[in-house]
Amino acid sequence: MTQTARIPTLAALIVALAAPVLAQQSVATLRGPADLAENGPAQPIPAVVNSDIRQVRNYPEQPPLIPHKIDGYQITSDYNQCLTCHSRTAIEVSQAPMVSITHFMDREGQFLASISPRRFFCTQCHVPQSDARPLVENEFVDVDTVLDYVTSHGGSD
Amino acid sequence: MIRFLKRTWAIIKRPSVHLSLGFLSLGGFVMGLLFWGAFNTALELTNTETFCTGCHEMRDNVFVELQATIHYTNRSGVRATCPDCHVPHNWTSKIARKMAASKEVWGKIFGTINTREKFEEKRLELAQHEWARFEANDSLECRNCHSADSMDITRQSKRAAEAHERFLFTGENTCIDCHKGIAHTLPDIGQAMLHKSSDPNVTELQTFLRTD
Ligand code: HEC
Ligand code: HEC
Ligand code: HEC
Ligand code: HEC
Ligand code: HEC
Repeated sequence: MTQTARIPTLAALIVALAAPVLAQQSVATLRGPADLAENGPAQPIPAVVNSDIRQVRNYPEQPPLIPHKIDGYQITSDYNQCLTCHSRTAIEVSQAPMVSITHFMDREGQFLASISPRRFFCTQCHVPQSDARPLVENEFVDVDTVLDYVTSHGGSD
Repeated sequence: MIRFLKRTWAIIKRPSVHLSLGFLSLGGFVMGLLFWGAFNTALELTNTETFCTGCHEMRDNVFVELQATIHYTNRSGVRATCPDCHVPHNWTSKIARKMAASKEVWGKIFGTINTREKFEEKRLELAQHEWARFEANDSLECRNCHSADSMDITRQSKRAAEAHERFLFTGENTCIDCHKGIAHTLPDIGQAMLHKSSDPNVTELQTFLRTD
């Protein structure tokens, strides 16, 4: 083996040895770098946004985000605390937006007299937000931006 | 037995020959104090969370439910125990509540609520007793810790501030009207309210639909 051939081999060897170490540092798992038998330090729990300011929906079908905290609100087969403010009859007192008419529809599109069973468990679709820093950058663009882009490109593309 | 009672009565009836009146009345006073103290101590003993959760009906149902709420752990470390919410602080109401509670203890002994299912069946009735009590005393137990006067609504969320300003400060509602279920799982209230409604339209509808 010549001297010149040896250098790339050495470099490859170093990279091969260092790779697992680098990977160990850069791949983030949920439990962090703690050893298997140990518990890592707990991250602080981010606060729930309780601003009471209704948020923009990213597309018309989106279930709106809950702009208030819902700690301890009970949703059981006996009781639905959300409806104590969001039901048709409660909104005069609570001044909350009423659940929309889609919440009364069964899957054939028939309107029922009260909330449809498939819309009973509100937190299946509606969630509050916390002020956590996103782990991954979000590149979502909404439909208005797409429309603007299309019209500015002469309606084609 | 009868003879023993008769003899004792005779001793009590006969005026004392050996002891002075002063000693007797003082002694009576001391004994009185001792009994009173013992009675109140017994009351205090039953007034702790360990006593309340001593039976499994309470430990396995309402106590577990309480543990997940803000009244069990919170950032300030102030806790509400069972008697804080369920036993009035002034003496007469306290005794009255204890007598009522004896009925619940009776229920335990004869096993009316000895399973989760039986407890759930009874829960509505038990809860309604509590709501009625809170409504009658203007949520006194809540107010022992939370004072409406000391509430700084500028530090509350908009929802809380508006509700308190419109309904609490005007005296229209009391805490329990809006804060049911802060400590335990709730029963089906709506169904219950419909059944006992005195609205003639509702009664007519019920006979029409034959719901009960
Ligand atoms: C004490 C009354 C109350 C309760 C209980 C309550 N909400 Fe709300 N909610 C409101 C009010 C008032 C608003 C309007 C914005 C604000 O003030 O937060 C609102 C806003 C919302 C919105 C936003 C609607 C929109 O168009 O942007 C959603 C979604 C929502 N709530 C869902 C829920 C769910 C799900 C629950 C149960 C887990 C719940 N709420 C319980 C009072 C309440
Ligand atoms: C299957 C998913 C789903 C469930 C379950 C659900 N929602 Fe919604 N909700 C939506 C969607 C989608 C929208 C927006 C479009 C619409 O109005 O239908 C919405 C809209 C709303 C709005 C805003 C209405 C308006 O006119 O601004 C409120 C308030 C709301 N939901 C409350 C609730 C409550 C309270 C519950 C539980 C009883 C609930 N939702 C259950 C999907 C759901
Ligand atoms: C032993 C004192 C005590 C009693 C009695 C008590 N509370 Fe509380 N309550 C507290 C404490 C302490 C907190 C938590 C404060 C904090 O750290 O935010 C609290 C919090 C609350 C909250 C806020 C919940 C939240 O999610 O922010 C409500 C609502 C409440 N109590 C209602 C009641 C009602 C209704 C009653 C009567 C049935 C009651 N409390 C009885 C001490 C008490
Ligand atoms: C008209 C209904 C109503 C009455 C009466 C009422 N509250 Fe509230 N309270 C609310 C609402 C709505 C909220 C905000 C939503 C939530 O925390 O669930 C709230 C929130 C709270 C909070 C938390 C405050 C915050 O900023 O998070 C406390 C503590 C509280 N209430 C205590 C009480 C006490 C104690 C009483 C009786 C002296 C009382 N409330 C009476 C409706 C009411
Ligand atoms: C913060 C106040 C509070 C504390 C602390 C509390 N309770 Fe309650 N309790 C209530 C209220 C209010 C009700 C009425 C029903 C409801 O709103 O959930 C109730 C109802 C009950 C009921 C009737 C059944 C039911 O679930 O409604 C029982 C039994 C009971 N409590 C036992 C206990 C025991 C045992 C403890 C202690 C481990 C305890 N409670 C602690 C407030 C409290």
